[in-house]
Formats: sequence, structure tokens, C-alpha cells
Amino acid sequence: MKVALFVPCYVDQFYPNVAIATLELLEKFGCEVSYPKNQTCCGQPMSNSGFEHLTSGCNKNFVESFKGFDYIVAPSGSCVLHIKEHLHDEEHPSEAEKISKTIYELVSFLTDVLKVEHLEASFPHKVGMHQSCHGQRGLKLSQMTELNAPPFSKPQDLLNLVKDIEMIELDRKDECCGFGGTFCVAEEAVSAKMGVDRVNDHVRHHAEYITGIDMSCLMHLEGILRRQKSKTKIIHIAEILNGRKA
Amino acid sequence: MKTIDHAANSKVFNQDEDRVDWHDETLWFIRQKRDKASKQIPQWEALREAASQIKNHTLSNLHNYLEEFELNAKANGIQIHWAKDAQEHNEIVYDLLAKQGISKMVKSKSMLTEECHLNHYLEDRGIEVIDSDLGERIVQLAKEPPSHIVLPCIHKKKEEIGALFHEHLGTPEGNADPQVLTEAARQHLRDVFLTRRAALTGVNFAVAETGEIVVCTNEGNADLGVHLADIHIACMGIEKIIPKRGHLSVFLRLLARSATGQPVTTYSSHFAKPRKGKELHIVLVDNGRTKQLGRPDFRNSLKCIRCSACFNTCPVYRRSGGHSYHSVIAGPIGSILSPNLDMAKHADLPFASTLCGSCSNVCPVKIDIHEQLYKWRQVLVKEGYVDAKKALSMQLMAKTLASPTLYHLAGKAARTTLKYAPFIAQNRFNPWYHQREMPAVPKSSFGEWYQKNRTK
Amino acid sequence: MNSRACILNAVKENQPELLALPDITHLLEVENQDLVAEFTRVIEGIGAKVFQVNKYQEIIHHLKADFETEKVRVVSTLKEFDEIAKPFSGLDNHELADVELMILPTHFAVAENGASWVDDELFKERVLPFIPQHLVFIVEKEKIVPTMHHAYQLIGKKKYSYGTFIAGPSKTADIEQSLVLGAHGPRSLRVFLV
Repeated sequence: MKVALFVPCYVDQFYPNVAIATLELLEKFGCEVSYPKNQTCCGQPMSNSGFEHLTSGCNKNFVESFKGFDYIVAPSGSCVLHIKEHLHDEEHPSEAEKISKTIYELVSFLTDVLKVEHLEASFPHKVGMHQSCHGQRGLKLSQMTELNAPPFSKPQDLLNLVKDIEMIELDRKDECCGFGGTFCVAEEAVSAKMGVDRVNDHVRHHAEYITGIDMSCLMHLEGILRRQKSKTKIIHIAEILNGRKA
Repeated sequence: MKTIDHAANSKVFNQDEDRVDWHDETLWFIRQKRDKASKQIPQWEALREAASQIKNHTLSNLHNYLEEFELNAKANGIQIHWAKDAQEHNEIVYDLLAKQGISKMVKSKSMLTEECHLNHYLEDRGIEVIDSDLGERIVQLAKEPPSHIVLPCIHKKKEEIGALFHEHLGTPEGNADPQVLTEAARQHLRDVFLTRRAALTGVNFAVAETGEIVVCTNEGNADLGVHLADIHIACMGIEKIIPKRGHLSVFLRLLARSATGQPVTTYSSHFAKPRKGKELHIVLVDNGRTKQLGRPDFRNSLKCIRCSACFNTCPVYRRSGGHSYHSVIAGPIGSILSPNLDMAKHADLPFASTLCGSCSNVCPVKIDIHEQLYKWRQVLVKEGYVDAKKALSMQLMAKTLASPTLYHLAGKAARTTLKYAPFIAQNRFNPWYHQREMPAVPKSSFGEWYQKNRTK
Repeated sequence: MNSRACILNAVKENQPELLALPDITHLLEVENQDLVAEFTRVIEGIGAKVFQVNKYQEIIHHLKADFETEKVRVVSTLKEFDEIAKPFSGLDNHELADVELMILPTHFAVAENGASWVDDELFKERVLPFIPQHLVFIVEKEKIVPTMHHAYQLIGKKKYSYGTFIAGPSKTADIEQSLVLGAHGPRSLRVFLV
């Protein structure tokens, strides 16, 4: 199985360990993983700001980098959702369409394609799960509290395979953290307040770690935790699943 | 340059964190009541789907349904008026009152009349309007607009309302007991109901098949007003039409549960004919609705039944307050409706969202609110309603991210800056840093690590 | 062009291709349930009181215990209550302003939301259920339907001038979400199931 690793730009630059964990996980499950070195960004920062018309260069570069693989996998729900919904390439429409259909966020790739049922990992800590909105409401990685529908959670299914982990309950299971791309600076006051409230929900329930599938949300929450000099830390789910010790 | 926008208003609102917490908790409580009510109905999601499809169908055949409604209503003795815009709407209402020499009117909740700024128009012409919904009366006494379409004074603390009632209704100073304050309003407004010859109401649903309108309240203020008046004026946007009476079952099951978590509003009144010897007028208003109908990406915002579930669930609304939207309808739905009326004035609103999508999930008629917020952003940028500095930085970013070479250079530069000169990023001009630390700087990017470790 | 033509033309021009109207008959399918119990649970949850009685005399007995029926004004459209109530035959409905207790019949009630349906076949004066301080509804037990879909099936194409669903006493929670019964209409609702 030929898998291309898509590493979102801020993960590449600020959280290389998350990308390394993703790479190692995929390799453990027998994927032949490549990292196309000319990849940059999905284009979401421009699009969500209203400048989708400026993303053709990004799109072209994306299609050029990721064509010809069985699957594309990224440790981010938000970037994957963006590609699924907005990738267009007028010169290579069928390549772009194939990419949109075969791109996966890491967790759902593990549960739906690789059908992982066993993990060599242990994480003896109290952990709170942050549901990133684009993964949850966009990619349907877990059931949403707004709907009258049966519960499920792909990230939780995987965390259940990790030894000694203790998941905490939250008062608000799937409220947005307030990152929101450029929202985090354009609407700084509300963004920060949303982040503080999310962090407090985890801390109140004694989380040692906040985990999630999207590093962008976690970066925002980490910024707040560190400003508060909190003992609670963030950790991307890929690192837990890959067996990182705290 | 704009002087007010949602971000700036929210910043002011967030200066009082206790108040933000109080506002957030109050509205979250309503969201929880809505969840509980919706989960007691096994058919909930099927109901939402049915409501959505009925509204989609209605919008696709609105022309015929409007004519059918008019025909049936007229046959029932109701007088129908058509208003292109807010101005004409206000003129029609004024003329109806002036013709009968009426100078005092009681009015139940109608967001449409807020949209048309009817009260000001009438007051300028010597007509006194008293809002009879308790929340509306409170904001009217405070000379403020409603901050929420279902709970108009949800931004006000009971102590503030107590002070307002002490000043205007003579309640004891310092008394902030909701029971006492509501009783004072009851006495004050009962006198109003008994003495007004004209009563205006909004319309929740208008049935094409029967020519009847349905008005929903909990307080009973709409009914008390109109049943004791000689003339009932009901104002509605043209999108309030539904095809058949039987469809009311779908919408009445959804409306109150979505709004407040009640199984139904206390009163759901069906007006098919005027009272004997009295008048019933219905004003059908366009005011931009046909324009929105013509925008394929945004037309389904006209499905809205004004339940406000999207307000209560919105994490941004709860932490910024309704007035920060500086728009008649706040919240997520307001942010997709208002730009249709005036793009320049409301260009900031589609950006007052993280696009988390909770609004679309609670919407009882399945409006894709968060997707429309995204689409409005694209329209507003293309139409030029964007800060020039922002446009320039976006162009730079797009150029950088389109080129692997520029991207790798820029990434390195960013990390270098953060590592060796953190004061450049970590200062008061960087909104990120105001309340958050910057990420710690890794030794190398993943790309560089990969180059070193995996490619031989 | 007048405004009517203007608006209708714009609608015609801007409305999308015709989309199908969904069939909603599947929503009529509900599980078997104890309708009296469900109705009682729901309406008591929204501030009303429910009494199961066999005879009208029992109702009168209840009301005499709760109200000083000889001192306050009691109005009813039902002759069964002549002992404690008077009908309203005035020409000006403002004269009803001092009614303390109003006793009214209903057509049917709805279990899922506690609402009772009344229209002007029962009484012509629309303000009757709204103006008293306290309201009493008489509901026939066999006439409780499960949902609003069944309710509108019963109403059918009936030609009323005015009709309303009433679920509980008048209420408001506009001040800090504190629920207060008795906003503008009745302060209480008693439902007698016969």
C-alpha cells in the first residue's frame, strides 16, 4: 500500500514529532510511506479568510505532490477536510478528484482502512479528549452532541487499545476551542476566552494531558496552558498511539 | 475605515470576564434544554429532514404559494398588503393606523418590524408603540435593541432590570426578584392590552392552503393584544409561507424544542378570519428576500424559522453577546442574513465564527449555516469589502505557500525569529501573544528531519 | 408596476427549479403508549395541574375548594357549571377583564406536548382562555392523541375563524431565564380529564 504522508505546514514547522509519530505508526502497520518533499500547505488559511481564489497555486502544488498514491494521510482533520471540500485543479481535474477521495485523517485511516485492532502502546495518565470540530463535525470522526443519533468515536476506539490510559469526562464534550484559523488573531478576545474555557474544563477534571487529532487546536490550547503555567500538557493522538512515553 | 466591528465589540464585552461566563452559562443551559427535548423525540432527525424539505419545496414554488395564500386569506375576509421594502412596510402600517385616528398601538414580538425599524418610524409620526413581550418591553424601556431573537434581554442582569422597573414602573428600589418584576410588568401591560385599539403581531407561519397565519407565544401577549383590539396588523416576510395546514405539525414540534427546550410554546394561535366586525390585515414584506432567493449559495437561509438554536449553541455568540453583532438579527443566522441587506455594513459578521459547524447541526430546518459563512467570506472579499492590508498579506501568503522554495525559506525564517528573537513575535502587536504563549521552537522542521533520517 | 407584481415577479425570477414536497405520513407512526399518563406527565412538567374525574360535580367540588367561587367572578360556556359560573353574553369583551376563573371545554389534547386545541366552534369569544386569572380546561380522556401529526389529522380541513393550541399557564423566562408562571394570561391551568 503506497501512502503519501501529508504534513500540514504548522506541524512541519513547529511540531515535527507529531509528523514523526505519524510516519512511524503508518510504517508499523506495513504501509510504504513516502513524504513528497515539495508539499507546502492545503490552502486553508487563505480560503477561510475569504481568499479561496488565491489558492490555485497551492492546489496545483498539492496535486503535483500527491498524485499517484493509493492513499494520502495527514495528522490533521482540518486540513484533510479542506482538501476534500475545496481541492480543484483545472488542468488535472481527475487527479484532484482522486486525491479528495483517497485523503484520510490519520485516525480514520487507522480505523477504517487499516482496521487497527491492536496497538503496542501504554500511556498511564489521565487524558482529556479534545474534539476538533473539522474532524468531528466535518469528517464525522465521532458523534456530535447536537444530534439525536447513536454515539461512536473513532479516536476513542483507538485510545481504548492503549494500555493504562485513563480518559476523563468533560462538561462540554465537543465545544469548539476557538482556534478557527485566522479567527485566533482577528477575533483574539473571543478566541482566547474560548480556549481558556476549554482548557479549564479539562483541568477541572484533572487531565494531565489534553489530546486530539488536530495540532492547530492543541497549539492554541498549549499557548493558553503555558501562559497559565499549568501542569497540564498537550499531546497529539499520534504520539500516544505510537507509544510515546510522557 | 469602519469604526465598529464584531471583533472590537467583543473585546469590550470580554473585559468583564464574570459577565461573559454568566452569559455563556445562561445560554449553554438553554442549549442543554434543547438537547434534552430533542432527544426525547425518536423521530427528531426525521423531523428536521422533513422540515428542511418542506421549506426547500416551498422556496422553489414560492410564487404560486404566495398567490394561493393571498387568494385564500382574502376569501376569509383578511386584507392583504404587499411591501417591497422596510419603508413601504412602515408606510402601510402607519396609514392603517392614521386612517382610523389611532395614536397608540400594542405590539407583540416581530423581528420583521425590528428589521424595518417600525417603532422609530411610528414614534416620529406621533404614534406610541408599546412592546408587550416582557423581554422586548425591558429592552424598549432601556432604549436598546434586542440582543437575542427569542430572549431579547438575555444580556441584562435582573438587578439592571430591577433598576429599570423602579424608574419606569415604580417597583421597590433594589428589588430584583423575577417574580416581582414580572408581576409589575403584568399589571402595567394588562392596562395597555385593555386600552389599545390596534395590535400588531409577527407571524410564525402562514398556510397557503387555508390563508391562515399562526402566531406562537409563551406569554399570551399576542392574543391578549389582538383579541381586545379593533384592528390586528400582522407583518410577515414572504418566506413564512408553508404549503399546507398539516405541515404545521412538523414545524410546531421543532420550533419550541429547538428554541427553549419546551415541548411546544404555550400558545400556538391560528388566525383564519378577522373577529366579527373587526379588521385583520396582513403585510407581506420582501425587503431583500427575493434578492436572497436569487443567490443559490444563500437562498436556503430563507428557511429560517427564527428559533435561535444557533445562537444558543454558538460558542462565539455566547462569549460576545448579541449587541456585538451590531445587526437586528445577531448570531450565526444573522451573520448569513445581514450581508444580503448591506454588505458594507455587515462585512465583518461572516468572520465572527470559527466555522465549528454546531449551528448547522442544531438548525431544525437544516440550514448549512457554517458553510454559508464560508461562502459569504469569499463573496465579501471578491466584492472588495476587505481590509487592504489583509488582502496584501493574503497575496503574499498565497505566493509563499504555492512555492516549495519560498515556503522552506519562510518556515526557516519564522522558526529562527521565534528562537533567536522571540521578542519580535512575543510583543503586544501580536494578537496571538496577548493571552497565549508561542509554540516552542523545534531544532528542525519535519522536512529537514526526514531529509536527514529517511533519505539516503 | 405595483409592489405586489414587483415582488411576485422577483420571486418567480429568482426561485429555483421545483423541488418535490416530501411525504410526511411516516411521522404518524408512533409506539403504543399510555396517552393519559404521557399527557399528564408533560403538562404537569410545564406548570399545569391534572385531575382525573368521573363527574362534573367532582370538578365543581375541586374548584370550590380552590376558589372562593361565590366571591369572585367565574365564567364558563358550559351549562354544567351553572352552579358556580355564569356564561358571558356581553357585547364588549373588555368586560371580561375581572374574571378570576374561566372554565372551558376543549376539542382534544396532545400527549407529546400537553396542548389542548380549542377553536370557535366551542366559543366565539377568542379572548376567553387568555383573559382570566385562572383557567380550567375540560378534556375528554379518549380524545388525547399522541402527537401534533395526529392533532392536525383530526383538525383536517375544518373551517374555523380562529383556533389555538394551549399548553399550560401563561409563562415567561425573559428575566435571567427564571421561569415565572402568569406572564400576561392565566396564572394557572387546571386540566380535568373526564
